[in-house]
Amino acid sequence: MGITEIFLNYYQYFLRGTQTTVIVSLITVLLGTVLGCLIALLRLSRFRLCSGFAKLYITVIRGTPLLVQLYIVYYQLHFIPWPEGSILGVELARVMPCILALSMNSTAYVAEVIRSGIQAVDFGQTEAALSCGMTRTQAMVNIILPQAVKNILPALGNEFVTMIKETSIIQYLGVGDLMYNNGIVVTATYNPLPCYYISAIIYLTLNIVLGKGLDLFERRMKCSDR
Amino acid sequence: MTADNVLFEIKGLKKNFGDLEVLKGIHTTIRKGEVVVVIGPSGSGKSTFIRCLNLLETPTEGQIFFEGSCITDKGYAVHKHREKVGMVFQQFNLFNNLTILENVTISLKKVKKVPAPAAEEKARALLRRVGLEDKADAYPAQLSGGQKQRIAIVRAMAMEPDVMLFDEPTSALDPEMVGEVLSVIQDLAKEGVTMVVVTHEMGFAKKVGTRILFMDGGVIAEEGTPQQIFEDPQNERTKDFLSKVIHVI
Repeated sequence: MGITEIFLNYYQYFLRGTQTTVIVSLITVLLGTVLGCLIALLRLSRFRLCSGFAKLYITVIRGTPLLVQLYIVYYQLHFIPWPEGSILGVELARVMPCILALSMNSTAYVAEVIRSGIQAVDFGQTEAALSCGMTRTQAMVNIILPQAVKNILPALGNEFVTMIKETSIIQYLGVGDLMYNNGIVVTATYNPLPCYYISAIIYLTLNIVLGKGLDLFERRMKCSDR
Repeated sequence: MTADNVLFEIKGLKKNFGDLEVLKGIHTTIRKGEVVVVIGPSGSGKSTFIRCLNLLETPTEGQIFFEGSCITDKGYAVHKHREKVGMVFQQFNLFNNLTILENVTISLKKVKKVPAPAAEEKARALLRRVGLEDKADAYPAQLSGGQKQRIAIVRAMAMEPDVMLFDEPTSALDPEMVGEVLSVIQDLAKEGVTMVVVTHEMGFAKKVGTRILFMDGGVIAEEGTPQQIFEDPQNERTKDFLSKVIHVI
């Protein structure tokens, strides 16, 4: 069986898998960005306890493999009564620990990206904002973060792309993502190579679409650089 | 002892950066309506002094009273103080992510909670005064240095501060743009705006200043009216400094 035949016969598997991958990636990226922002602010905090915690968190997450984190989160949080049922064919009790582990991982990397973006904004901007009577929080929200976002967009896009690819490890917990379904098709056809090509093309397509979207956003942010 | 017209009362102000003693005890009073011009050689602590006045630098020792309250007290609401003190920087520091109009209105809207239409009306009127109303929708990156600095002055004035601080407002400008910025500052002085100006423009100091502070080595070495300082300096260091900066060709 060639690649076209396999795809035509088994496309529902690939489609279902892609759906799960997209949902998991999307939620992970969103959670990772929000929490990453939070950890970055803690990391830059004047309070030792906050910055110390953020530093420790980043060190631990960056220093251990994602797969190990996934298993630890899964087994450690086994006592949590994850909600029953499923959304779009994705079993919640299985997928929620995965999303949690992936987000926790993404958070650490995003935090470092955001921190460097914030620190790259000229300190004069902060001084000017404070001199106008703004509080530190107001200066951060109105002046620094909008400029930092522009700095970090390329690096953040990189992290998003990485995350889409990294979600493939959730197959080890039996979550029906793209790679999990790929495995089913391989077993059914005894013909692995075309299956992997199909999966590769799907991942590539997802990331190209994501890349285009980020390009568009970046261009819109550039309006103040003319 | 705080008479009605006293704005700043500075007592024994000291500032260290690590082991480096930059301010070694500043004592002075700044009254309403005064145009205090701070001159002195590089590294004499002029900028540090003016930055202490709106607490961008936290004094190591000493007290600063502003309109009767001690702003160097622990727990004093620093941002409330800064609302009343306008600051103009050497590097302009316009908000790069905002248009010119937004640069002027943002503190009105966010700090003083002025409704957007009123803030914009006020901002446009101020922009018109410095001849830059047509730049309202431009971004800082599209402006010349002189234009940026005029906007920075407008941004500070929009808050209707009790005093304006200028930290070397023309030092980062191309020579042909110095005049346009100084004339805006001079206009404000004529209107009776209280200001403290750190500058190397001796002609401006002489013409606009009501009092000159000559700083050297972290202290005020000599102070007086422009006539006293420029025509009859008493301190050797003042004489030495002026002989170096006033070039007779």
